[in-house]
Amino acid sequence: MSAAAIPGRGRPGSAAGRWSRRIRFYLPAILVFVGGIVLWELVIRAANVSQFILPRPSGILDALRENWVGTRFPLFVSAVQTLKEALGGLLIGTVAGVLVAFAIARWVTARNVLLPVAIAVNAIPLIALAPLINAWFGLLNEMSKMVMAAVLVVFPVMANVTRGLVQVEPGALELMRSYAASEWTILRKVRVPNALPFFFTAMKIATTLALIGAVVGEYYGGQNKVLGRIIVESAAGLRFETTWAAIVLVAIAGISLYVIAVLAERVVIPWATTLEAERG
Amino acid sequence: MASAVAVSGRPASPRAAASGRVRRIARGAVRTIAILAIVALVWEGVKFLGGVPWRAPGAELGSPVIHQPPFRWAFANDLNLPHLWTIANAFAQPFQRGADVSLAQYLFGAALYTWREAAIGFALGAALGLLLSTLFVHVRLLERALVPYVVASQTIPIIALAPIIVIWTGNIQGFDPATRRVIAVVIVATYLTFFPVTIAMIRGLRSFDPRAMELMRSYAATRWEIYRKLRLPASLPYLFTSLKIAATASVVGAIIGEDTGAIQAGLGRVITTFAQYYITGPEKLWAAILAAALLGIAFFFVLRTAELLTLRGRSAATT
Amino acid sequence: MTAKASESSESSGSVVRLSGVDKVFTRGDQVVTTALEGIDLSIARGEFISLIGPSGCGKSTLLRVIADLIEPTAGEVIVNGKPAAQARRDRDYGMVFQAPVLMDWRTVEDNVKLPLEIMGWDRARRTARAREMLHLVELDEFLGHRPFQLSGGMQQRVAIARALSFEPAILLMDEPFGALGEMTRERMNSEVLRIWEQTGTTIVFVTHSIPEAVFLSSRVVVMSPRPGRITKIVDVDLPRPRDILTRETQRYFQLVTEVREALRAGGALTTGDDELDAGGASETRTLAEGAIG
Repeated sequence: MSAAAIPGRGRPGSAAGRWSRRIRFYLPAILVFVGGIVLWELVIRAANVSQFILPRPSGILDALRENWVGTRFPLFVSAVQTLKEALGGLLIGTVAGVLVAFAIARWVTARNVLLPVAIAVNAIPLIALAPLINAWFGLLNEMSKMVMAAVLVVFPVMANVTRGLVQVEPGALELMRSYAASEWTILRKVRVPNALPFFFTAMKIATTLALIGAVVGEYYGGQNKVLGRIIVESAAGLRFETTWAAIVLVAIAGISLYVIAVLAERVVIPWATTLEAERG
Repeated sequence: MASAVAVSGRPASPRAAASGRVRRIARGAVRTIAILAIVALVWEGVKFLGGVPWRAPGAELGSPVIHQPPFRWAFANDLNLPHLWTIANAFAQPFQRGADVSLAQYLFGAALYTWREAAIGFALGAALGLLLSTLFVHVRLLERALVPYVVASQTIPIIALAPIIVIWTGNIQGFDPATRRVIAVVIVATYLTFFPVTIAMIRGLRSFDPRAMELMRSYAATRWEIYRKLRLPASLPYLFTSLKIAATASVVGAIIGEDTGAIQAGLGRVITTFAQYYITGPEKLWAAILAAALLGIAFFFVLRTAELLTLRGRSAATT
Repeated sequence: MTAKASESSESSGSVVRLSGVDKVFTRGDQVVTTALEGIDLSIARGEFISLIGPSGCGKSTLLRVIADLIEPTAGEVIVNGKPAAQARRDRDYGMVFQAPVLMDWRTVEDNVKLPLEIMGWDRARRTARAREMLHLVELDEFLGHRPFQLSGGMQQRVAIARALSFEPAILLMDEPFGALGEMTRERMNSEVLRIWEQTGTTIVFVTHSIPEAVFLSSRVVVMSPRPGRITKIVDVDLPRPRDILTRETQRYFQLVTEVREALRAGGALTTGDDELDAGGASETRTLAEGAIG
């Protein structure tokens, strides 16, 4: 019995074939994007819409170029700072979430206490904490933004990693007991590998949340050189092309973090991504 | 010969089942109270060890010290971590000097206001999510073309777009300024709710057993009938899971929108105001945050009840 | 390749001995299910023995009692001359379940190496043994494949290779081919016999297929519906080595009929079987609860 005899399983395709398939898959989305931008530019020009409502893409590009460095709204520096806050918060939140998840998975008493708390806290609009966190850690201190980001990140990470550690095939646990394996061994050889796909699911959500946390924190007050404040201040000063430029940068940052998470997943757990592709 | 023993795991009578459920609810309530008690103990315990000297509640400076903590930790002082009784007391006091409405009433009113906006945004977002997911499930091309943008829409923090949305709606003709601002808030809330519902329902509307689809086809059922009798019922667990997320998201959206839109009446503005005047009364900000938290949890509970009633017996989907 | 030798002289050829074994599942102090009642069984070294019975008769429970994954309520279980718990700690048996339970994140070769890693074998020995076992089950070309790339039958063969990798004295198999089609199952039966002859391991095989039980075993233990008791033990005197042609002999049909009669006499195969199926479901559930604990 050879693999070729089993239809659809692990069929190797030519590299060129795979690429053309991938392009064909993403083509509609790419067309929408390009078409959307072109349409945007043309409609604004033709209808002569005031930049109050919506600036032209070309106008936004200009604002990006002009403000990249040095001016009152230094976009590059701000983007870096905001990104730094987001990544700091991501790190703190992820570490905290993973540690709590391990505690919950290992000790049943911890599970009974912490899990309902987690569900309840998840229902709280954590945005409300932003002013408090700013007050605690200092309005201008980048730490306050990192903490805000971390607070948003902890719960998805904890929830998903806990699920991954606990939701193991019961047969696998029986198998390990038949090997007289210790709890530590079971953790290492079964629970942790099982939890990895869940971890990456959480990371895909967490990267976005970290950025949101950082920007929300900035919104309630922060240094001038952060994207959140640029958005607020340029909008207040009616310089909408700059506002949109900053928004575009936030969007690019968010999408980039998400893509990095997806790529990291493909590198670390290739078996899971192929498995999902097979399941369809 | 099979012996006459009860089948394992199933209670003998409906009355036994009901008492089991009551017992479970009681256990849940006890656990909640226990957790709150632990939190309270830890809170005051930290202040006991490292806070500022304890005086009688509401007393003036210079009154006798009740307790002198052995350590002094910066984060445990009365500004960062007010005593729990101070916060509780604040609820009964007027919400600002000279007002004749207590903080509790004030917050309740604000929460209600916010909740109304959140609820409208929630309903619209859920409807939009249902519409989009139905569309995507039936027209694959649209799905491939648009889903990346649905996902991308969430990577743009709504807080970034909120000022723009407020300005846009500020220019709509035909509504008075107050309504225009509410429309802005509702848009923000809708923006945050439609995403989880869309993504979850795309999976949910496809989550049925493929053999059931074959069965429907064999009855020559139309796409609409398949949708009504197969896809929708199968998607309900996914719908409710996403609605619970959307509930919180709609409240978040409402709070953010209010703050941007300078709406005086909602919790968003209340929180920002109390944050500005934090030095003069930190317990008020804590009280406002507590109100926001309760709002979120209450909304969550409403949905959980709806879920339990609708999905009697079916387990919730794990997304 | 020889099986691990027993460490006690008093076992005198019987590698598994059950005396007066009862298993009662309780919830609190409420008796919920009597799975096994008064089981006395002695299994000789190198035997191939099947446990057969209707759903819910306790055969899977019995297997797990031998494996020390479930504790009996009464009675004695001696495995390889020791109490069952000690035998589990000494890893005297390997087990194959109804589902292959392979780890998605390991290749086929790494899956077979799993118990060897746990037992602390060094890398070179692990690799050599894994390759040897995969050669035994004729999956040499699939060392680097992932479980999901293999068919159900192939996955079970990997599970068998894994179970035998540390040369246990006993192999316990719980309806391993239940999920496979008839023809694949017959092929797998021949495979198991070939492996049995090559390794000399004692095999305890749970099934609810009468033809399978007769074809494979030296003895067939027929069990009654719940509470599980041993109705009859049928000696299968078909000559070895057995092959496809064996399935077409007169003696084979006689033995199949004998087993069927024993099942009927014990109370199985009546129209009340539907109830027994429900019982089987709850048995599996209580099994799961017991196993995870």
